[in-house]
Amino acid sequence: MSAATPWTVAAIQSALRAKKISAREIATEFYADIDRQNSTLNAYLALSRERAFAQADRVDVAMACGEKLGPLAGVPIAVKDVISTTGVRTTCGSKILETYVPPYDATAVSRLEKAGAVILGKTNCDEFAMGSSNENSAYGPVRNPVALDRVPGGSSGGSAAAVAAGLAVAALGTDTGGSIRQPGACCGVPALMPTYGRVSRYGLIAFASSLDRIGPFAKNITDAAAIMSVIAGHDENDPTSAPVPAPDYAPELDQPVQGMRIGVPEEYFAEGIDRQVKEKVLAGIALLEKLGCRRVSLKMPHTEYAIATYYIVATAEASSNLARYDGVRYGLRVPGATLIEMYRKTRERGFGAEVKRRLMLGTYVLSSGYYDAYYLRAQKVRALIARDFSEAFQRVDAIVAPTAPTSAFKLGEKTADPLQMYLADIYTVTGSLAGIPGISVPCGKTKEELPIGMQILGPHFSEARILQLARAFEKAGGFTI
Amino acid sequence: MTISREDVLRVAELAHLELTPEEAELYRGQLDEILNYIGKLQQLDVTNVEPMTQMVFTKEVSGLSSGTSPHESDFDLRDDTPRPCNIADAVLDHAPDAAKPFFRVPKVIER
Repeated sequence: MSAATPWTVAAIQSALRAKKISAREIATEFYADIDRQNSTLNAYLALSRERAFAQADRVDVAMACGEKLGPLAGVPIAVKDVISTTGVRTTCGSKILETYVPPYDATAVSRLEKAGAVILGKTNCDEFAMGSSNENSAYGPVRNPVALDRVPGGSSGGSAAAVAAGLAVAALGTDTGGSIRQPGACCGVPALMPTYGRVSRYGLIAFASSLDRIGPFAKNITDAAAIMSVIAGHDENDPTSAPVPAPDYAPELDQPVQGMRIGVPEEYFAEGIDRQVKEKVLAGIALLEKLGCRRVSLKMPHTEYAIATYYIVATAEASSNLARYDGVRYGLRVPGATLIEMYRKTRERGFGAEVKRRLMLGTYVLSSGYYDAYYLRAQKVRALIARDFSEAFQRVDAIVAPTAPTSAFKLGEKTADPLQMYLADIYTVTGSLAGIPGISVPCGKTKEELPIGMQILGPHFSEARILQLARAFEKAGGFTI
Repeated sequence: MTISREDVLRVAELAHLELTPEEAELYRGQLDEILNYIGKLQQLDVTNVEPMTQMVFTKEVSGLSSGTSPHESDFDLRDDTPRPCNIADAVLDHAPDAAKPFFRVPKVIER
């Protein structure tokens, strides 16, 4: 199973404008493929056919009337199920929101539709985006389209798998500790985590508010840039959205990367990394050098503390954010004699094991007597990790490292050992904690034909630069190195 | 660092979770392992380090100059002005138990 569809953003734009195909026909094609493959992959949890065809028809009517089409006209896009869609069930991969239908759209979704995109449906994910394998979904795991006995990564596994299998031209995911980049690496598709605050989170159902970000999966870098140009930018409905003008990312994409200084932190190639991943990423770095980039060796001494820091900060924030699921206002309610009993029974039945584990960890690190030792200390170490990056970016323009220590692992391989699962995020949580942008790009395959990911990290608001590096890497054949 | 069964039950109560005895034992072991791992933060000297409580950016950072601290914001918060929203009915339509314009819950006041 591979990305059989020839459609890209650019291909759709020219085909529509040349009247070779209609937006409705394109959507129909994609739904036919989804109907054939989704029972195997489990990438989609809900399909929004009615809304998608209504939007496709709007695009076709606009075309027929000679109106100007949006930059994503007719482009079929999948949306992770933690992002709100009016009238389309949004479950966060959880039983507790099994019946939840949002009364409003996330800003990222409304911006996509305003640009002409066709939202095909909602993609599977780890429950409340908590996981690295998609096995924590209450609706069953997603299978990796590259190797069906393997995980697609997580938590945005459904979005990554949908794009990899050609069941969407692009997809929105969310990244809190690696949940865009790591599944991108596992499924072999480009995946961009923007700077914190770059893309509005209005309508994103919160996991960890100081970390959560929305970003795109796409088939190629040009498409990723096209999606970013639409979804990035300030939104008054999200007080954490940065009031910084967002550029059109397309014009700079094909600029040469000659002379760029790329930092290679030694801590990302130390023990724990798979040998084949290391070899390919080093080959990827050598390719960037061939393109004229200058390699600079870096030390980032607080890297080894990142997982510990992340799992304190993220679970603490989650324990607060997920307090809202109590059976009162939406989703599941399990009756109880008292209000407290209703809360407890609802949460006991509605949450899965990993969510409960993290809520307990988060409650523990915030609880009286432990706050200073865990939460406050983690916030201080977070500042040190961020400082490692800001110091590095005084010497280099971007940092290049593996996205994950291994390629996609087998379904069931790590489910019994939560700590081992957490370590799958060892190279991604650092950028999350620092608030910087990062893109994972395909960087060859293992002998078992499993995709390997290389991530390019840049300073805050440097999306244009890391996309430019990713595009140069793509053009030079880096994806299949 | 070890977490006891009583700690697990206390935390579960604070988090409004009800655990079966088997779950309590499973989580005790797993949380113990995780807490041991995150205990490595105690090795670091964090004297005089300001905690990073949230991500906000200075204008300098946003202007792409690197190396500045992302801890203080130059940006003004927007005015806290109420605007019409008009989704109360849609929200209540999906509530588990509503008597418009209210959510209905078990009685909380004894008399």
